[in-house]
Amino acid sequence: MNIIETSGLGKRYGGTWALRECTLAIPDGRVTALVGPNGAGKSTLLNLAVGLSAPSAGEVSVLDGRPAGSPAALDGIAFVAQDTPLYKNLSVADMLYVTRSLNRRFDQPYAQARLDELGIPPKRRAGKLSGGQQAQLALTLALARRPRLLVLDEPVAMLDPVARHDFMATVLTAMAADGVSVLLSSHVLAELERVTGYLILLSRGRVHLAGDVDALLASHRVLTGPAADVDRYAGRPVVHAGRAEAQAHLLVQATADDPVPPGWTARAASLEELALAYLREPGAVALHGTLPPGHDRGAEKSEVTK
Amino acid sequence: MTALTVPARPEEDDASLRPVPWRRMAGVTWRQHRFALLGVVTLLGALAVYLWMVGLQLHRAYAAAIACHPAGSPACQDLVNTFNGMDTFLANGVIWQALPVLIGAFVGAPVLARELETGTYRYAWTQGFGRWRWTLGKLVPLAIAVTAATGAFGALLSWLYQPYFATGHQALGLSETSPFNTGLFDLREVAFPAWTLAAFAIGALAGMLIRRVVPAIAATLVVYAGLAFTAGLFLRERYLTPLLTTKLTMPGSAWIISQWWTKGGTTLSQSTMHQVMDPVFQRLMPAVPPDQVHLYKLPTFLDTERYLTQHGYTYWTSYQPGSRFWPFQWIEGGWLLALSALLIAATIWLVRRRAA
Repeated sequence: MNIIETSGLGKRYGGTWALRECTLAIPDGRVTALVGPNGAGKSTLLNLAVGLSAPSAGEVSVLDGRPAGSPAALDGIAFVAQDTPLYKNLSVADMLYVTRSLNRRFDQPYAQARLDELGIPPKRRAGKLSGGQQAQLALTLALARRPRLLVLDEPVAMLDPVARHDFMATVLTAMAADGVSVLLSSHVLAELERVTGYLILLSRGRVHLAGDVDALLASHRVLTGPAADVDRYAGRPVVHAGRAEAQAHLLVQATADDPVPPGWTARAASLEELALAYLREPGAVALHGTLPPGHDRGAEKSEVTK
Repeated sequence: MTALTVPARPEEDDASLRPVPWRRMAGVTWRQHRFALLGVVTLLGALAVYLWMVGLQLHRAYAAAIACHPAGSPACQDLVNTFNGMDTFLANGVIWQALPVLIGAFVGAPVLARELETGTYRYAWTQGFGRWRWTLGKLVPLAIAVTAATGAFGALLSWLYQPYFATGHQALGLSETSPFNTGLFDLREVAFPAWTLAAFAIGALAGMLIRRVVPAIAATLVVYAGLAFTAGLFLRERYLTPLLTTKLTMPGSAWIISQWWTKGGTTLSQSTMHQVMDPVFQRLMPAVPPDQVHLYKLPTFLDTERYLTQHGYTYWTSYQPGSRFWPFQWIEGGWLLALSALLIAATIWLVRRRAA
């Protein structure tokens, strides 16, 4: 099953495309990380997926073909928006009441036990909670809806390290117990590297890479060798070449079985290295990416280098 | 952190996916808007207590004045003067004109503007209830609440102003006020809540379009003022075709739209009439000391008009009779209700199609 499928999806604000030619099939049962710099179109894609905005081009469906924003889609998706908006003047108990009233399912015992565990008093107004507590409350409300897909927009951006850890622990616990799929966006990958099962890289409104993390890691290597030899390297396709003093680091599309040229050493790439390499070279060909048909990488590269 | 087990998700059957029941929106709306609603009730309640006390005095003074015998005696004149001296509220009917728009704007404009301004629409519109249903489920109960509250208040205002609309006490020197009086007509029990409802609907749409609370409230005040002035100055007198009469005196309840002279079928301009009337007026005006002239002006003017009508001139008056008060109330209430329904429908349509 795919939690989200898009084809030729685009969103234009005025004359600017915030997202274009986005074709994806995101599998269920794992954490999908949507990564890219600020303004890459991450929130735009998520807003389209949860039905908050309508596409300017293309199509988007969720949970096996339900149109985004349809009653059936809303029923199965819980969305925690950026900065976790809550009604600041309502009490925690009232937020539970409102969420319970607005949904067909709401697991009140789960929500209450979760808030007890977090030490969030039910009578406190949501606006008086700490940032971490507000994020946890928003997440608890979302999980208590028993969604099949949990969508989180920059969930940890505003949180301190402890709150970040607690937040992600809650997400992973729910995944393990309930099988909920997770789609989250972030402009940093570092903290998500361990949990991410599927990676989508977005930059300037376009998908640069989309693929299963294990497959991506298995097909990319980092080669280290003398900087002077970079231009003479003629092995597998280079995604990005970085130099540090006399040494060069090449991120190449290669497996552990590929031969390593003399004078070079090879090691596995980390997911963050891989993501950074692709984001720095928007023209690189994505092996596992799901590219829209007729997508002209060359044209894009020239556009980027202008 | 301990792991909290989540029980298995109940089996879903998409074919039987029933929408979340409408009634659940009532509690949500109440929790989110209870301060606004309680504020409206408190404000109207406090004003109602005050008006009740003022109204009792007014009614008592009126009852005392009309019960007095013989009319014209110094004692009776005192009672009439007491009643007439209490007309500050009649003169200040204008103050109450602001109530519908204040209530409507402050309750209606934030419904969507606050969600959009603080970003909570991203929470509200992604819940299972569905966003257009959420909007309808909020706007309709709130609209009914403000309409009902101001309807009751309009009934109180009608009761308060009752003595001024009573007829037949010319002998006491109590003049009758037309119920069409601008500034009073829209304070009555049909028009008052209807205008509040319209302000609420304007506010809701303005909030959706402007997406910020304070500018949306300001826009509501401006649009409402424009609509109220247009209705009061141009629309209301055209609800039904005015009647025509050649009588020189009209009952106080009538709403006089316009008056003009004709002779032999042609309408005479004001300047022409001045040339005709002034010599007659001068001739009929009795010779009185200068300090009493003002007492004789009006009767002499009437004598002048009577003289002219006996000499081939006709004085036409187009007017709305007092008996049309209720039809006019319902016409105004009707079109305001239709307008409000249209604005609320437009708001819901915008929410539904809105591209965030």
